Amino acid sequence: MNIVVLLKQTFDTEAKIVISGGKVDPTGVTLVINPYDEFAIEEALTLKEAQGEGSEITVVTAGGDVAEQALRTALAMGCDKSILVSDEALDGADEWAAAEAVAAALKDVEYDIIFAGRIAVDDASGQVAVRVAEALGIPSVSSILKFETDGTVATVTREIDGGNEIIEVPLPAMLTAQKGLNEPRLPNMMGIMKAKSKPLEKKDLAAVGKAAGDVAAKFVIDSVSLPTPREAGTILKGEAAETAPELVRLLHEEAKVI
Amino acid sequence: MDFQYTDEQLMIKDMVRKFAEEQVAPGIEERDEKEEFPVDLWNACAELGLVGITFPEEYGGLGQDYVTYSLVVEELSRVDPSLGVTVSAHASLCANPIYMFGTDEQKKKFLPPLATGQKMGAFGLTEAMAGSDASGTRTTAVKEGNEYVINGSKVFITNGYYADTYVITAQMDKEKGNKGIAAFILEKDTPGFTFGKKEKKMGIRSSATYELVFENVRIPEENLLGGEGNGFKVALQTLDYGRIGIASQAVGIAQGAYEAALKYSKEREQFGQPISNFQITQFKLADMAMQIEAARLLVYEACSYASKYDRATNYYAAMAKVFASETANKVATQAVQIFGGYGYTREYPAERFMRDAKITEIYEGTSEVQRMVIAANILKD
Repeated sequence: MNIVVLLKQTFDTEAKIVISGGKVDPTGVTLVINPYDEFAIEEALTLKEAQGEGSEITVVTAGGDVAEQALRTALAMGCDKSILVSDEALDGADEWAAAEAVAAALKDVEYDIIFAGRIAVDDASGQVAVRVAEALGIPSVSSILKFETDGTVATVTREIDGGNEIIEVPLPAMLTAQKGLNEPRLPNMMGIMKAKSKPLEKKDLAAVGKAAGDVAAKFVIDSVSLPTPREAGTILKGEAAETAPELVRLLHEEAKVI
Repeated sequence: MDFQYTDEQLMIKDMVRKFAEEQVAPGIEERDEKEEFPVDLWNACAELGLVGITFPEEYGGLGQDYVTYSLVVEELSRVDPSLGVTVSAHASLCANPIYMFGTDEQKKKFLPPLATGQKMGAFGLTEAMAGSDASGTRTTAVKEGNEYVINGSKVFITNGYYADTYVITAQMDKEKGNKGIAAFILEKDTPGFTFGKKEKKMGIRSSATYELVFENVRIPEENLLGGEGNGFKVALQTLDYGRIGIASQAVGIAQGAYEAALKYSKEREQFGQPISNFQITQFKLADMAMQIEAARLLVYEACSYASKYDRATNYYAAMAKVFASETANKVATQAVQIFGGYGYTREYPAERFMRDAKITEIYEGTSEVQRMVIAANILKD
């Protein structure tokens, strides 16, 4: 089986977000594979192992040169080859533009199934994978929690309000991973050693058959701001019996909740 | 001269850190309290490829340098110094002497299962009456036909009981002193080879430390390591490389203690502000950070010689070990101080790092012995 994984390199989830000049400042921030994309990689690896010889995983991302790190990590985990779509014209790309570029890169790649994370933890739009599916003309199912396939049809489980939904979808299809799908493995030492000799193909827009004008962002970001910091709470000091009336008074008169 | 890690080393550091934080950290207090050796974590280290880093691929290793080995031991020890020394003793004290002194047959037979972690290794040198002065060795080896018959005992053996393969030393000719000592490869379950007392320790309490007992243990002659009379040389050279592991463990302890103290200093408020705002705390943190960097660089310098199996490893590894272990003790003690009263309790990791740090100044040659080694190098001309 030919398996494709889409990934995005994001900030470490514990990174401190600093805004400077109206943009999120990436200086000194640790970059990681988007955690939901790790679920996608793990599901692809599990599928490949179940399929045995002849299966191959291609991992694809769009981003700057620094995104090579994320691809190398995916290769170290066990993916076979990788494609980085990198072009200055993609700086500030919106979801539509990123999806167009990735879909264009996939035109030369054989795939029976594509896995991606359901959302990237940075801008959380949850659009790119679904847009890629649309551009490729294949069905997509988002936020899957369980996956099985007989090679022609995938049977996936999604969580819906109050229960689960089981969907059968013909392959090729795009499936996006929800937390709970699996536990991603760590790359081992052998995997890390092998990763550097695995193919990492860098393609600019021209190489995927697009021009800068084809991927001009459809929206502009006016401003970025941090959430208003929460004010410190009030702590009433003293014995419970003494502070209770004061608590009631504050809830009634200041918070106005009782 | 380049002070950067390679891309692979960065990826390895990242992987081991994740492993340590996600899989090793849970349960660490309980393992310390109950003095439990975590067999499952050893197996996880083996699966990740952390236990045979410096040995060639033909022997099941990864063919990587000592800096890579050091950063793995450091990252494990930053979270769990007991697990750090388990890996260090296995790789540096058992697999490495077999690699450095073994015949082709011995390397082919014993190294691959050790390098892959299918088997665990340990090293038996120390005896009740023989520490750094190996001439006190009372365990005896007598050649009978094509076997050596071993009698005696060894104490304080890291990985004892759990290890499958042991490199041990025994005296063959007391008259010859150190030149009468021979080293042997001994496998668990050899008749007459049993385990005595399990040590109750101040720190690194979830690493296994046992007494080895030999009663007419018959070792086939093909398991003699390095030739008769060369056991002392085998032991000394083994310790040169082992000290890099302990120095790396010490850097990891210092780093772990420092990070805990740094985090706490930003959270703990006194006089209406975090204690990290006070210059007295800042200077403590600055000293800790500076000492750790210096220790790490000295360890890496020793690593650069060890990777080439250069004789200068002796000198630099001794310096790295004494400097890093003293740094670990200074930093861990200061970490407890920054935590104040809480630092003295088992609610926080500082006291555990302080207890774990002490052994690094003692095992594989005390700080005093390291200074003897350093001085001997300086004064030899």
